[in-house]
Amino acid sequence: MKKLNLEVNGKKVSKEIADHTVLSVFLREVLNLTGTHVGCDTSQCGACVVHVDGKSIKSCTALAADLDGAKVTTIEGLVKNGKMHPMQEAFKKEHGLQCGFCTPGMVMSAIDLLNHKKNPTDKEIRDWLEGNICRCTGYQNIVAAVKEAATKM
Amino acid sequence: MASLVGSRVERKEDKKLLTGRGKYTADVTFAHQTYAYFVRSPHARAQIKNVDTSKAEKASGVVAVLTGKDIVNDKIGGLIAGWRIKSEDGSDMKVPAHPPLASESVNYVGDHVAVVIAESLDEARNAAELVKVDYKILKAVVKTDKAMDSENIYKDIPKNLCFDWLLGDRAKTQEAFDKADKIIKIDLINNRLIPNAMEPRAANADYNPSTEEITLYTTSQNPHLARIIISAFNGVAPENKLRVIAPDVGGGFGSKIYPYAEEVVCSWASKKIERPVKWVADRTESFLSDCHGRDHVTHAELAVKNDGTFLGFKNETIANLGAYASVFGTVTPTYLFGPCATGVYKMPAAYSNVKAVFTNTAPVDAYRGAGRPEATYTIETLVEKAARELGMDPAEIRMKNFPTEFPFQQTLVHSVDSGDYNAGLKKAMEVGDYKGFEARKKESESKGKLRGVGFCSYFEACGIAPSAVVMSLGCGIGLWESAEVRFNPTGNVTVFTGSHSHGQGHDTTFAQIAADRLGVPIENIEISHGDTDKGPFGYGTYGSRSLTVGGTAIVKACDKIVAKGKKVAAKMLEVNESDVEFKDGEFIVAKSNQKKTIGEVAFACYLPGQYGEVKSPLPEGEEPGLKETSFFDPGNFSFPAGSHICEVEIDPDTGNTEVVKYTAVDDFGTIINPLIVEGQVHGGLAQGIGQALYENCHYDDTGQLVTASYMDYTMPRADNFPEFNLGFTCTPATSNPLGTKGCGEAGAIAAPPAVMNAVMNAVGTEVSMPATAEKVWKACQKMNKSNSKAA
Repeated sequence: MKKLNLEVNGKKVSKEIADHTVLSVFLREVLNLTGTHVGCDTSQCGACVVHVDGKSIKSCTALAADLDGAKVTTIEGLVKNGKMHPMQEAFKKEHGLQCGFCTPGMVMSAIDLLNHKKNPTDKEIRDWLEGNICRCTGYQNIVAAVKEAATKM
Repeated sequence: MASLVGSRVERKEDKKLLTGRGKYTADVTFAHQTYAYFVRSPHARAQIKNVDTSKAEKASGVVAVLTGKDIVNDKIGGLIAGWRIKSEDGSDMKVPAHPPLASESVNYVGDHVAVVIAESLDEARNAAELVKVDYKILKAVVKTDKAMDSENIYKDIPKNLCFDWLLGDRAKTQEAFDKADKIIKIDLINNRLIPNAMEPRAANADYNPSTEEITLYTTSQNPHLARIIISAFNGVAPENKLRVIAPDVGGGFGSKIYPYAEEVVCSWASKKIERPVKWVADRTESFLSDCHGRDHVTHAELAVKNDGTFLGFKNETIANLGAYASVFGTVTPTYLFGPCATGVYKMPAAYSNVKAVFTNTAPVDAYRGAGRPEATYTIETLVEKAARELGMDPAEIRMKNFPTEFPFQQTLVHSVDSGDYNAGLKKAMEVGDYKGFEARKKESESKGKLRGVGFCSYFEACGIAPSAVVMSLGCGIGLWESAEVRFNPTGNVTVFTGSHSHGQGHDTTFAQIAADRLGVPIENIEISHGDTDKGPFGYGTYGSRSLTVGGTAIVKACDKIVAKGKKVAAKMLEVNESDVEFKDGEFIVAKSNQKKTIGEVAFACYLPGQYGEVKSPLPEGEEPGLKETSFFDPGNFSFPAGSHICEVEIDPDTGNTEVVKYTAVDDFGTIINPLIVEGQVHGGLAQGIGQALYENCHYDDTGQLVTASYMDYTMPRADNFPEFNLGFTCTPATSNPLGTKGCGEAGAIAAPPAVMNAVMNAVGTEVSMPATAEKVWKACQKMNKSNSKAA
C-alpha cells in the first residue's frame, strides 16, 4: 500500500492505494470518475486518455503510485462554470461522437494536439489520433470537430 | 413552427457523453458488490473430465465458485438459436445444446467452464487460476470449407452440418445458364471479423431478496429480448421478476443483440448468493467470446449474354456458425443473405444454396449488415468481373440490368417498393468525378503508384421486419416495435421506445419526429429506452429497423394522442369535434380565433372536471390521462440502395494500399436528421473498408485465436481513411408513413466490394480480403511476372 497525493480536476485528493493500482482504476474505482473508460488491455484503444501535468497519457498504463504530486485532468474536469470546453462543444456541433465510449479519450487527446499545434492539417490530426480507436464515426466528424475547435481555442 | 424533420439538429444525448456523465454498465457498482471472473476453455475442443474447485473456494475473498454441474442441478436452460431453418430436403436444422457453463465438453477457446465470484476483481481473477479443469483434448475442427469432411464435433450432427438450405429454383436457373453466351465464375472467402464495439460486454445483476426481483444491467441492443430469453429459456427468473436495463451502451454492431452466457450466469449467481454480481469483459475476452461475423466460403456464377444482360445466378456457400447456433446465427447466412445475393438487378433465374457448418470457433452471428454484406460482395465482385470479361464499363453493365419500374419483384423473395438505381449511380459518378479517373490514374503512375477504381451498387432488405413473414420463415419472435407517448400533466412529454440507442442518436431523431407531430418543443421531449420496467415490450435495435419500425410506432402513438386531444379540445371549446383542426401544437376551431394548445388539453386530461378557474370536463366516455401506446408491425421490409465508387492507390514496391477517394450515394428514403445519417454512413464505411483492407479474425489449425488483441487484430484508425464524399437520392419508402428506409448498415455493405474491385482494377488480378500489403505485393509480383512473360 502507498499513500498517494494528487490534484484531480483542481481538487486535492489523498488516498491509500495498492502498489499495482493503475491510474484508470484509481480514477474509476476510487474517485468514481467513470468518464474515463477502459476499452482494451494493451494500451491501444485510447479510451482512457487523461492529462497528467498537462500532457495526454493513457491512464491504463500509468501506475498511480508513480504520479505522486501530479495534476490530473479527466473529461469531468473540462467543464468550467457549467460551460463545456471548446473541444467538447466542437464534438457536439460536428457530430464527432456516436456511442460515446471512445469520446472522453478522443477529446483529451485532441486537446493535447491543439496545445502542441494551433492549426493542424487533416493529416496531422489523423496521425495524432492514431492512438485512439473509434468504431462508430469513421473518424471524419472527429477530424472536423478538431478543426472546428482549433478556430475557438 | 419550422419542421424539425430534415434538420441537422445537434444531438440531445451528446452533453452527458462529452462530459463524462454517460452511464455504461461497467460504471454501475452496487453496495456489497461482488465480482465475477470466468474460467474459460484454453482448448478449442475437449471433454471435461473433472472440475476441481476446492482450492479456489478457499482462496482469499472468494464468495462462490460455480460450474456446469451447478447449472445442471439448478435446471438453468441453455442459450438458444432464435431462427429455425429447414434444409432443402425439408428436415429441421440440427443444433447442439449450449449450456451457459459447460459440464461435458468445451467447443471453442473461450467457452465458459466455471465462474469465480469474489469480493474484488483481483481476488476473483487470482482464484480462477486455482480452478483445476481436467480436459481430454480432442482434434479441433477449424476451417469453414473443411468442416463437413472433418470428425463430427457433436455425435448427433453428421458432417457438422446444421442445415443445407436452398432458396430459388435450381432447374430454372440451369435453363437460364444453358442459354448464356458466357458464364462468369468466382470463388470467394468473406473473411471472418470480430465486431469490436469499443465498450466491452458487461453485466451487473442485483438480486433483491425482499421482492425476489433481479435487476440486470447489461450491454444490450435489445433488453426486452434479453429478459424474455433469460426468463423463458434459461429459466433464471419469471419475466415479472427480472428487470433488464441497458443504460448507455458503447456500440453493438450486432454483437450485443442477444444475451450471452455471462448475463445468464451473473443473474443466476446473484440470486444464488443474494448479492450483486458484476462482470466486465477485458478486451481479449471480447475477442474470444463475442459472437463473430461473416466467415463464408462461396462459389458463385453469373450467366450473361454478350451484350451484358444477366440471365441467371448461382450461389453455393458454406457458412461457418462457430461452435453453437447463436440467436440470429442461422438467419444471417440464409434469409438475410440469400435473397440479396442477386443484387440490385433484374435476374430472371437464381438460387442460393447455403450449407451452415459447426466448427470449434466462437459462435458467429449478425455483424453490421448481417448477410447483406456477404451477398453484396458476392454479386458485385461477379458483376465487375463480368464487365472486365465482356469489355464493358462497370457502370454500363450495372445500368443495363437495373430494374426501372417499381414495385420491383426481386428474383428470390422481396417486392421492392421504391427506388431509382440509375439516378443513384449517375449521381455517384458525378460526385466522384468518374470522368476524371483516367487523369488521376496518370498522376498516380507518375509517382510510381498504381491506381484503381471500383464500383458497388447495392440494395438491402432492412427495416426488420413484418412479423407474419419472418415467423413463416422460421423466426421465433415477432419483429414489430412499440412506442408509448406519455404527456405529463404539465405539458412535457416522455416517449418510450422498445428500440435501443447505442450510438445511433435516437434521443434526437425520435424527438424530432415527436416534436413535429405533437407541436411540442424538442427540449420538452424526453426519449426513454433501455429499461424493461419503464416502456412497453420491444424488439431492440439492429437490421436498420429502429426508425422505420420504431419511429413509425412513435408516429402512430402521436396520432392517437392528437385524435384524443381533438375530442377533449372540442369539449373544452364547446364545438363539434369535426370543427377542430390540429396544427403546430394547437387545436383550432376553423374560421375562428378559438383554440387550445396541446399543453392545455393535456392538463385538462389530468384534471377532468371543474376546480376554481379550471374548467375542463372530459367528453362523455373519455378516460382521463393522456398516454397512448402503439405497436407497429410493418407490411414490408424497407430497401435502401445506392452506388459507391472507390479509388485506391497502391505502392507496387510495398503492396501498401490506400483508399484515396471514396464516394457514396445512398437512397435512404426520407432523412430525418442528415447530420446523424452522414455519421452512420461514415461509420459503416470505416467498418466496410476495415473488412476489405485491414481486419481479419484468424484461428490457427488447433483452434487458437491468433488475433485476440489490438496488437494482432487490425482495427481501422483515423489515418487509414480519406475524407468520404457523400451524396443522397431520395425515393421515399411506401411501407411506412415516414418514408424512411434505414441507414445504419449501408456503408458496411457497399464498401468491401467497392474497395476490392478498385484493388483488382489496379493490380489486374484477384486479391482476397483483407487486401493486406503482403497479399497486394504478391499480386503485383505475379502480374509483373506474367507481363514480362507476355512481353
